[in-house]
Order: sequence, then C-alpha cells, then structure tokens
Amino acid sequence: MTGFIIRRLGQAIVVVLGVTLITFILLHLLPGSLARDILGNRATPQAIEQFNQQNHLNQPFFVQYWYFLDQLLHGNLGYSYQFNRSVDSLLKTDLPRDLVLGGLSLIFSLVIAIPTGIAQAVKRNSAVDYAGTGVSFLLYSMPQYAIALLLIQFLSISFHVFPAEAPQSTSAIGMLEHPAGLVLPVLSLTLVTYAAFSRYMRSSAIDTLAQDYIRTARAKGLPERLVLMRHLLRNSLVAVVTLVGLSIPLVLTGTLIIEQVFNYPGAGLEYFQAALRNDYEVMLGITVLVGVITVVGNLMADIGYAILDPRIRY
Amino acid sequence: MTDIDTTAPSEVELLPPPEGGEVASSGSPWVLVARTFAQNKLALVGLAFVLLVILFSFIGPIIYKTDQINPNLIAVNLGPGGGHPLGTDSSGFDILGRLMKGGQSSIEVGIAVGIVSTVAGLIYGAIAGYFGGALDGVLMRLVDVGLAIPIVFLFIFMAQIYKPSLGLLIFLLTLVSWLIPARLVRGETLALRTREYVQAVQVMGGRSWRIITRHIIPNTIGVIMVTVTFQIANAILTLAVLQYLGFGLPPTTPTWGSMLSDGTTYLQDGYWWEVYPALIMIVITVVAFNFIGDALQDAFDVRLQER
Repeated sequence: MTGFIIRRLGQAIVVVLGVTLITFILLHLLPGSLARDILGNRATPQAIEQFNQQNHLNQPFFVQYWYFLDQLLHGNLGYSYQFNRSVDSLLKTDLPRDLVLGGLSLIFSLVIAIPTGIAQAVKRNSAVDYAGTGVSFLLYSMPQYAIALLLIQFLSISFHVFPAEAPQSTSAIGMLEHPAGLVLPVLSLTLVTYAAFSRYMRSSAIDTLAQDYIRTARAKGLPERLVLMRHLLRNSLVAVVTLVGLSIPLVLTGTLIIEQVFNYPGAGLEYFQAALRNDYEVMLGITVLVGVITVVGNLMADIGYAILDPRIRY
Repeated sequence: MTDIDTTAPSEVELLPPPEGGEVASSGSPWVLVARTFAQNKLALVGLAFVLLVILFSFIGPIIYKTDQINPNLIAVNLGPGGGHPLGTDSSGFDILGRLMKGGQSSIEVGIAVGIVSTVAGLIYGAIAGYFGGALDGVLMRLVDVGLAIPIVFLFIFMAQIYKPSLGLLIFLLTLVSWLIPARLVRGETLALRTREYVQAVQVMGGRSWRIITRHIIPNTIGVIMVTVTFQIANAILTLAVLQYLGFGLPPTTPTWGSMLSDGTTYLQDGYWWEVYPALIMIVITVVAFNFIGDALQDAFDVRLQER
C-alpha cells in the first residue's frame, strides 16, 4: 500500500513539473518583449538591459525555467503588472468564492444524482428510466452557457424570480448572505454536473445490481429497501468516490463559463478578464494553480479508491 | 489409411432434420453490430438528424441564398416573417442563412477533430500499451499533463497569440482531444496483449509493428468507433463554447456559438429568434451524435446482441 502511494506521489510530482513546463513554454511563446511592455515605449536601451538582467530574461531557456520553478516553490504565482497586484492576492479572494459556487453545486448534484441513478438502475427500461436518461442526455448535449441562458430567460427575464447577476461580495461568507443571487449560478452548475454524474451513476448501479450478492440478499428475503441501502449503495459508492475525487479540482477550475455568464467573481472570471486585457502573468499563474489542483485531486481520488476497494492493489 | 470414408453420404441424407429447426447463420460480427444498432430507435433518429443537419448546412446555402458578408442595416433585428423565415440579427444578416453557414464550420471542425484526434490517440495509446514499461510510463505522464491543464484556459491563451482560422482551430482542438482516445486504447491494448493469438504471433517471430497494426488495433475497432462519435460530439460542443467566448473564428464569420453570444444581448428585448434557433441547432447535432455513439456502444457489447 505504501509502495503504491509513494509511486503515485512520484507520478503526481512529475505531472506537476510537466504542467509548469508547459505553462512556462507558453509564457515564452508570447510575442513582444516583457521589458518594453512594462517599462513603456520611452524606455532607454540601458533600462531594458537592466530589466532583462534583473529578471533573468537573457539567460538560456532552462535557466529561466529554473528561476520560474524557484519562484513557484516560494508560492509566488506571478505579478499582474496591469493591476499592480500579485496573482496570489487576486486569487486569495477569488478561490473561496469559487468554493462556494463549486462546493454547493457538487453537493446538490450528488444529492440528486445518487438516488436518481439508483432508481433508474432498479427500474431499468421503465418510463422513469427513459425520462431520466432523456433529461440527462439533453443536459449533457447542451453547452454550459446554454443551460445558464435558459435559466436566465425563464427565471429572471420572463418571470422575475431570481436576479441574473451573482452577488459581488468580497468574501465567501458574504456570497452566502445573498442567496437569491446564488440560485441561478448554482442551479446551472448543478445541472451541468448532474448530467455528467447521472450516466455514470446509472451504469455503475446497473453493474452492481447484476452481482450475485444482490441476488442472494433478495433470495434471503431481505426487504428491497435494505437491499438497496446496505448492498447497492455501499458498493456503488466506490464509483461515486472516484467521481467526487475527480470533480473536486473542477469545483475550483471548471466554472469559467458559468462565472462569465453570471458575472460571478471567481478564478474563472479572473482568467477570462485577464485574457481580454492580455494580462498573461495572471493567466499563467492561474493555469499553473489549476493544473496543480487537478493533479492533487486525481491523486486523492486514486488513493481514496485504493483504500476503499481492497481488490485494487497496484 | 488412404481411403477416405465413402459410406457417409447416403446415410446422412436420410437423417431427420433437427428438432428445433435449422440454425440460421448469425452473420459476421459487423452484421450483428449493424442489426443491434438498427434496433435502437434513438440511434436511427440520431443518424437521420445528422444527415439532415449535413444537408441543411451544405446544400441549404445553394438553394436558399443569403448575403452573409455585407451587413444590411435597414433590416436589423426583424422578427420572423416576410423574406426572413427566422428573422434577422443585429447586423441585418438573415438568421436562417446564417444557421446554414454556421453549420458548415461546426460540422467540418467536428468531424475533422473527431477522426484525427481518435487516430492520433489510438496510435499513441496502442504503442504505450503494447510496449509497456518505462515507455508506457513516460507516454502516459504526458497524457496526464495534458489532462491536468484545463482546455478552455489553454484555448483562450492560444487564441490571444495566434490569429484564429479554421485550420488552426482544428489543430488546437485535436491537440486537446487526442488524450482521451489515447487512454482508452492503451487500456484496451493492455488487455489484448495477453491474448493467445498475440502470443502466437510473437512465438512465430512476428514484429511488434505487425502485431500492433494487424492484431491489436483491429480488435479495438469497437471502442474506436464509439470514441470517434463521442469525440465529434464533444468537438462541436467545445467549438460552440469557444465561439461564444469570442475565441473562435474571426468576428463576423457566421457560427452557431457566436450567434448565441451576439443574440444574448437582445434576450431582454425579446428577440428570441436571435438566440434559440442557433441553440436548437447545436443541441440537435450534439444529441444526435451522442445517440449514435451510445447505440454503437450497446451494439458492440456482445451481451446485448441477439444471435
């Protein structure tokens, strides 16, 4: 077991390094000179030379990469010259708010997807099953912003039930103080996540139901409710844990479109706005962070999976 | 022992026919797949829709000619009716004609990305899975790195640096899409390389390349075909998202995604025809491909085939 964890950890570190390298290469691909962008058009050649010297911009590629890694290890994700703030400070306020949006959606979609997935599997090929599959198919095939737009149209424009813009508070707790504004973004993201989860839940539940121990439990005369709760739920939960583990990074990183539609102040919107004003430092800082979070999330999912299922031993 | 037994024929002809009746030939595996596919109503619906959308996008503009290049500021934001079955948008372009032209880029990009990404991914995955060991480790780490970086982020970044064009879009979308087929085919290859027929070829001295191309890849055809379909669906969806965010083709090119983003500003004014037709086109196309992919998945599942 420990050997497995160590190996997985090693792989994760390699992948994180790969992410930083790709991000750094992208940074390098940018046209123009960083010195000129920051010092302005009137900068003298000496000033540019000094700037390049200070920021190691005239060193070979891998030396620069080494400085970049060093900078990352010290927690410095870059500096936004346009906002005159470090990327960390921008993200410090964004990430907790992302947690509210992503966390709530994840919880709600699990609460909906697990029971409906099991119900669909138990009543396979019935009207309930077809209805559920139809709904999740439809949701699965729509772009995220389309779901958001439809919700806005019906709940905000036609019937003025909820506001179409998300609350703009500076803290996560502040976001929770305006539940009305949170409803549409959370609902959109929940529907999107549910679409992805429900198909998986359903097929996982169907596979579990085909197992012999379910048949044994029923043959013993166990009430159906207990069969479902004690045997089906627990064994399908392994699949759910994998799904949740893979989705936790998405909580912080997969919300860009929803944030853009509802003007939700999170890391995704930050990235999008940085892109519009060509603030590459911010874009790349966020990309590295997102990559690292994803790798860590996958690592947690794999380890959790190995702990839960005693048959999984690498 | 050189005599062949010649006593059989007449006696065999006198045997009564078997009790359950003669067993009909079940047909080749492909026939079985096609038959199971055809039994799935949704799949047929999906296939029909895909064909309709292709006809609509490519033959449509030949029959129904509209000007998608010059804005017509007199006929701005008109509702459906008169010369414009689906109305006009904020630059005076006819919506129906715009849908047709938009479909062209979506379908072209979707199918191109779907096929190329799957082909690239399957070669990569088959090599990684077959050779295993350190090569597999390195190749799969690269895939993990690719999967860790969010697609939308990468795209927005690339779009800032390079001028968007159809070819570039196909290239970038393929670049992010080949990862999933690579993983899938690697998994299949890991399972297949322990089969006896592979071992037989190895014993006979067959080269690795021959084994991969003649034995392993053909046996993953089921997974590959399903993957291609889903890749096409995802590519169309991702393209719509990119166009919506403004990072697709040049601004005035008619595309479904950009129609949606242009139209949403007018949602509050009630100009529904600028938003919903494009949305319905996207959903129909993606759902159709998903139906086909799902049905193919079931069709290749041996347990569901009726022999």
